[in-house]
Amino acid sequence: MKLIALVVALGLAGTASAQTALPPAPYAYTQLDNPALEAKAKALMETIRCLTCQGQSIADSNASMAADLRSDIRERIKAGEAPEHIRAWLIERYGDWISYKPTAEPITWPLWAAPLLLLGAGAYVVTGRLKGHKGRRA
Amino acid sequence: MKRPWLLWIPLAAFLVFLTIGSLGLHRDQQQIVRSRMIGKPIPGMDMPAASSSNPAFSTKAFADGKVHLVNIFASWCVPCAAEAPQLAQLQQRGVLIDGIAVRDARPDVDDFLAKFGNPYARIGLDARSVMQFYLGSSGVPESYVVDGKGVIRYQHWGPIMPQDMDDILEQLREAAS
Repeated sequence: MKLIALVVALGLAGTASAQTALPPAPYAYTQLDNPALEAKAKALMETIRCLTCQGQSIADSNASMAADLRSDIRERIKAGEAPEHIRAWLIERYGDWISYKPTAEPITWPLWAAPLLLLGAGAYVVTGRLKGHKGRRA
Repeated sequence: MKRPWLLWIPLAAFLVFLTIGSLGLHRDQQQIVRSRMIGKPIPGMDMPAASSSNPAFSTKAFADGKVHLVNIFASWCVPCAAEAPQLAQLQQRGVLIDGIAVRDARPDVDDFLAKFGNPYARIGLDARSVMQFYLGSSGVPESYVVDGKGVIRYQHWGPIMPQDMDDILEQLREAAS
């Protein structure tokens, strides 16, 4: 049992030192004391893409850069900055790519219009069928 | 039904969707994230010295008429060791290279420089990746060409390998003109 613990500890130490020699940033793995602010920060972090492991949000990622960005975001929220302001700041530097939140840019307009178009098409088909039934009954 | 072939449209649409989806599964997902800061002034930041040998610097004083090559590196970064010979060559050609050591500690940076050479004029420390966020930098290593007015002109993503030298030198020349 002790041996297993030792092996696990050595393994963890190995991966940690392989990436960075520094202790994690203050708010990388520590929540803010104020639950309302923490909720704001968490909601934002879940929609910011990790730059290192690109399929994950920074809230889910263990990459050092994601940890630093979490800490930076928490510190900014604590200082009173609005989450959407931080998002805009990041988009200014990395492009829309960094945000998981869909934007209203022209390129996404077909996406937003799709439900309306499909609903319209559905209504057209349904009215056509209803009319058809009435016609047959008469 | 007048047009029975209409019935096949949903199935055809589904097959198209399936094809696109399954091809997408095998596409390389990792993409290079270009910084949107190219063409903009380099964000001003004071950085402490990251090594015992090189002075610290501030990007606030970058509009000094000289072209700078800002190299983001780290002692823990393996590709950074691979680009060391190319950086040494650039330095020999008179390129002013300022290093930013990311998430690093001074003894480690000292070791790294002793092992792989020290092409840097100055080295600043970016302990919490904040300078990287300001620059729109997404990884280590990366290099930025900054012109004499302090404007970022070019981003090189990843290590500078021998085949990248012509490109980097061309970008440095352009920034100087």
